[in-house]
Amino acid sequence: MRLRLPVRPSLVCQQAVELVTDYLEGALSRADRRRFEKHLGKCHGCTEYLAQMRVTIAITGRVTPDDLTDEMRTEFVELYRRWQRDRDAGESP
Amino acid sequence: MLQAAQPDPDAPLLERLRSGDEHAFMILVERYRPTMLRLAAGYVPNHAIAEEVVQDAWLGFLHGLSRFEERSSVRTWLFRILINRARTAGVRERRTTAISDIAATVDAARFDSGGNWLAPPQPWTELVDDRLAAEKMAEAVRLAMVDLPARQREVVTLRDIEGLTSAEVCGVLEISEANQRVLLHRGRSRLRERLESEFGRA
Repeated sequence: MRLRLPVRPSLVCQQAVELVTDYLEGALSRADRRRFEKHLGKCHGCTEYLAQMRVTIAITGRVTPDDLTDEMRTEFVELYRRWQRDRDAGESP
Repeated sequence: MLQAAQPDPDAPLLERLRSGDEHAFMILVERYRPTMLRLAAGYVPNHAIAEEVVQDAWLGFLHGLSRFEERSSVRTWLFRILINRARTAGVRERRTTAISDIAATVDAARFDSGGNWLAPPQPWTELVDDRLAAEKMAEAVRLAMVDLPARQREVVTLRDIEGLTSAEVCGVLEISEANQRVLLHRGRSRLRERLESEFGRA
């Protein structure tokens, strides 16, 4: 019996960079993941690209939320109190 | 729909909210208002309207409290209310996939005809160890987020700033896992590109 293994061409860089997110998300099939990692093993540029995507994600996580001003805080407390009053009024007319 | 693997950190606040604990409400507001504002900004023309949309969403959240059955996490539910309100108020919604969502993420001119790097990525990641440089990078990302198409910004905000899981993001935005990954990929790629152009060694 002849074993016919499908021959899949190896990745080029332009394809590899489009797989980075699927790779990080664990969304690649086993075969595709192997092809991707094999390419990285011999490609400095794509290894650097993957590293940069990882650091980009880390930096994005450091984007700090804007703080609430005292004025806004008062507005939100007021919003909550109003909701409570309406609710209580609705429950016991 | 996937079940959340971890217990919802906001669940203990629900009971307190229902029994009239202002402090519990303010904890939630502090936690999620910045993200909600960022999401709303993708739909409406200015900051003032975005603030209004966020307020309106909180009111909707409070009014829905008695009906909420905790089948999704509190934040998934909250963000979904926000997105719905923002879309109703918004003029910038994209119902169809924008060209920028399907274009290649790396400029084709950086590859040779065989698809191999002609202009490989310029290194910059080692700068991140410097606290000051890292702060500048975070600021650059914050600015670059503004220029992302709305859908990409939503996904990147929810995943990478707010830390939602992919399943949660799909629940909030009502999109497929595959679509979520495409938007995430485009968005992150643009942010990387911005960091490279500002901080890469030419």
